[in-house]
Amino acid sequence: MIKEKFSEGDSLLHRLDPRIKIIVALFFSVIIAVTDKYTSLWGALFLAVAAVAVARLRTKELISRLLVVNSFIFLLWLMLPLTFPGEKIYTLASLSVSREGIKYAFLITVKSNSIILVGIALLSTSSIFNLVHALRHLYLPDKLTQLFFFAYRYTQTIHSEYIRINNALKIRGFKPQTNLHTYKTYAYLVGMMLVRSYDRSKRVYDAMLCRGFKGKFWTLNHFVFKKSDFVAGIVMISCIIGLVLLP
Amino acid sequence: MTKRENETVIKITDLSFAYPSRDYVFKKFNFDFFKGERIGLVGPNGSGKTTLFHLIMGLLHPSEGKIEIFGKERKVENDFVEVREKIGLVFQDPDDQLFSPTVAEDIAFGPLNLRKNRQETEKILKETLETLGLAGFEDRITYNLSYGEKRLVSLATVLSMQPEVLLLDEPTAWLDEKTIKRIARILNNNSNLSYVIISHDKKFLKETTNCIYEMRNGEIKIKKK
Repeated sequence: MIKEKFSEGDSLLHRLDPRIKIIVALFFSVIIAVTDKYTSLWGALFLAVAAVAVARLRTKELISRLLVVNSFIFLLWLMLPLTFPGEKIYTLASLSVSREGIKYAFLITVKSNSIILVGIALLSTSSIFNLVHALRHLYLPDKLTQLFFFAYRYTQTIHSEYIRINNALKIRGFKPQTNLHTYKTYAYLVGMMLVRSYDRSKRVYDAMLCRGFKGKFWTLNHFVFKKSDFVAGIVMISCIIGLVLLP
Repeated sequence: MTKRENETVIKITDLSFAYPSRDYVFKKFNFDFFKGERIGLVGPNGSGKTTLFHLIMGLLHPSEGKIEIFGKERKVENDFVEVREKIGLVFQDPDDQLFSPTVAEDIAFGPLNLRKNRQETEKILKETLETLGLAGFEDRITYNLSYGEKRLVSLATVLSMQPEVLLLDEPTAWLDEKTIKRIARILNNNSNLSYVIISHDKKFLKETTNCIYEMRNGEIKIKKK
């Protein structure tokens, strides 16, 4: 099963109303994406690390998530300094490294890491279901919230079908090797997994129709907007505005 | 046959249905179901029992014939919206039925779709869990339940909609005797409920139904009263 590892916890950020968290994360991402001031960006990175610290997440898992993102950024470091036009600071054969290229790659690295860290600290500390409810409460169109929810639900379905088929292989003594039999088996596994999960998702949807589903999710647990949520929201938003105003 | 009340709930006339590139499951099939009836449906595997349920709920559509439910002809998707609010189908495989993370949310899904308010929904939730012996299961995660528990919760998700008619597809398969007895008791205690039960469990059918129909070769016949 796909686990929402970070959503279990009892930190200040875990208890915060998911609506506030979504708004703050969105505000932060937009502001950081458009800022080019170094002081603001360093401040943002500092805030992001602080937020993760407040959420008290396990460092090991946090780093493994950051590695995924930074492996993409690594590709940018390979490309940008060599291809971005600007003042040449180093030349190797016909390739030249530009100062602007390095600057650009560096900006992207700081920005994306800050945004990812804030995303982890604010968003993954809520369960998916709570986020979906929060999006509904924020008046996001039903179609979009449904897409979000079903994408999550059916990733789970595909994953559990995979486990089922994989178990069926295992109990009959399948050992992956480098041969045609293994490739064929894996091809069957993938094919069967997709067909079966499609079927299952259709049956789940049928079952929902049978229980009167008409395209709207009604929520059982309503969020209670506490005073502390309001205060936390104001504090976080002012910190972000403060970032922009830094000299 | 004596009818307790002479109100037809489901009337199927000359219905034909076939799955793509397969032989007809039903050809000129007829079936009447009256309010207050409690029937068991038996028949060999592949005789179309589950297909019949899906046709009644509008999940499948016949190539020919007429389906009347609650006195109105049901043809297109929109006609079945009302049917689904009053007839509850419990699927054979509970993994097809449960989709919410927690038991409470899955059981509340139906009542909320019926636009019950929060107090009502919570009351229904509590009562349903209690009648099924599932009190305290509210916050359990549906995919972590045992198979038997999943089946009970599936039943709860449909009972919570307080349907007039229940269609149960193999409700006792793989359940222990105590749980089967509990389901039989729930069905028997609910005297307003009409239902059709597909089952191979003769003992269970004897306890819960007053008439057995057999399906064979696309036809339905009364086997015994």
